[in-house]
Amino acid sequence: MASKVIHAYYNDDDILMLAVKKVKAAKHHIEEVYCPFPVHGLDKAMGLAPTRLAITSFIYGCIGLVVAVIMMDYMMISDWPQDIGGKPSFSYIENMPAFVPIMFELTVFFAAHLMVITFYLRSRLWPFKKAENPDVRTTDDHFVMEIEIHDNENELRELLSDTGAVEINISDKNSH
Amino acid sequence: MYTISNRLKMGSIILMVVGLLGIGYGFMIAPATVAEAKEMVAAHGDSHDTNTTHVESADDDHGVVEEHHDEGHDAAHDEHVLHQLQNKPWAALYVAAFFFFMIALGVLAFYAVQRASQAGWSPILFRVMEGITSYIVPGGIIVFVILVMSVLHMNHLFVWMDPDVVAHDRLLQGKAGYLNTTFFLVRAAIFLGGWILYREYSRKLSLAQDEATDNANFKLNFRISAAFLVFYLISESIMSWDWIMSVDPHWFSTLFGWYVFASMFVSGITMIALVTIYLKSKGYLEEVNDSHIHDLAKFMFGISIFWTYLWFSQFMLIWYANIPEEVTYYITRIEDYNLPFFGMVAMNFVFPVLILMNSDFKRMNWFVVMAGIVVLAGHYLDVFIMIMPATVGDQWYIGIPEIGAVLFFAGLFVFWIFRAMGTVPLQPKRNPYIEESRHFHY
Repeated sequence: MASKVIHAYYNDDDILMLAVKKVKAAKHHIEEVYCPFPVHGLDKAMGLAPTRLAITSFIYGCIGLVVAVIMMDYMMISDWPQDIGGKPSFSYIENMPAFVPIMFELTVFFAAHLMVITFYLRSRLWPFKKAENPDVRTTDDHFVMEIEIHDNENELRELLSDTGAVEINISDKNSH
Repeated sequence: MYTISNRLKMGSIILMVVGLLGIGYGFMIAPATVAEAKEMVAAHGDSHDTNTTHVESADDDHGVVEEHHDEGHDAAHDEHVLHQLQNKPWAALYVAAFFFFMIALGVLAFYAVQRASQAGWSPILFRVMEGITSYIVPGGIIVFVILVMSVLHMNHLFVWMDPDVVAHDRLLQGKAGYLNTTFFLVRAAIFLGGWILYREYSRKLSLAQDEATDNANFKLNFRISAAFLVFYLISESIMSWDWIMSVDPHWFSTLFGWYVFASMFVSGITMIALVTIYLKSKGYLEEVNDSHIHDLAKFMFGISIFWTYLWFSQFMLIWYANIPEEVTYYITRIEDYNLPFFGMVAMNFVFPVLILMNSDFKRMNWFVVMAGIVVLAGHYLDVFIMIMPATVGDQWYIGIPEIGAVLFFAGLFVFWIFRAMGTVPLQPKRNPYIEESRHFHY
């Protein structure tokens, strides 16, 4: 399904933030904002639902911790008991301080890597994917705000030029 | 312009009076003779016959002596308990005095970092920080007076100050070039003088900047702050060896300075957050927003983890190497101080990490206050556990003298810092970054 969208270009993140707030105050739905770098607070200003990525990351961290605990128990205590620091007790709990760095590392490793992979999956990114950004300048120094048009082109144009947009374009968009 | 409210003033004075009574009570009940000490220990219902960890250096034949249990040893043991009980009110006083002084010093370091890095988010909080650092003058003097009293043998917090002990201890004789009372006091005076000098000078420049027509004061403040940080990192490290590590004069840890630094840094940042939230709740500091609190909470979270990292690094290396003279430090703590020793890790690490992990919680004042109170209590325990095992051994107890000392210094601290904040406007006017700080978000 094709629809008409309006693209407003900005060249400063502070101006963009103010523009987003103004557009939201005028009760328009912002389809998307393309940025060359992450802008803090933009998601809240746009009214996006809070990300659940942090929750997944916490769960992955817990999984990493459990994996480390089980792995060290298997490797160092049950499969091939080791004398750790001159303490041949072969007890997991007594040797636990030696395993803490591994627990920490695997917690971080799992949380970070799985979170990045989740992020790619969730945002439908994979190698050789065709870029979705409407203009190559959004990878350099321009921000683009995209708003769907519902027979209110002139009104939007006026509003956006008031917000400090440096360029305004109309284009067709195929929604995926 | 803020003025200390009557309720707060009364509250802090009541705290000081109650605290003084508690401290006085502690000194009153301290035993004067061996017989009294024995009676006190018996009254507590636990005799420490089986305990082997109260002796400073764990000599190898100690266990054998314990088995024989001859008369001479019993007498020595009783004498030792008497000294520990006599030390108890002094140690309680010293821990609380140092703890509140450490908060002010931690804030001073944080403030200097903000100045030296020319941070844009924090200038709106400078008056709050300067208010808290005003406490290093009375707090530092009190700590210094306690150290002088130790040197004058009014207490036995530092065993290496006792010539009798040194005469029978080759290790202490070897360290006497550094660990002697004159040099000790000279170092303390230089460090305290340097910190107070920087605090007063930086405060003066900070106030002058508000009235100035150019940024000369600001630039000078930037330069002296950078220089101060160099001085601070060296002097803080040496201070932690002198004032804390030397109560266990045989034991040493090379990262001890960092460990104490982490403790004071996180306590200081927590105190900034608590005072800011308090002032905001009273209608002052209107322009401090959620993002400022969020940033302070991020620091609380991060430095709590940093503290744990150092705590564990110190513990794991000593645990792994298992060298007798090092490992006694932790054996004493795990056997005699089990609950506070591990409870402190829960309070200083597990609790703030879980509570402050979520980004939204860092913006909610009551979450930050709750985490902050637990963190401060946890770091009091941290100082407690650094000082007590070497000074009172297994005779420790958090009772009236300890709580009294905390109340007294808390009252003095609150009174002093809020009075200092009431002398000037709570928001800098002409700091070049004040506009950025005002509009700070994230």
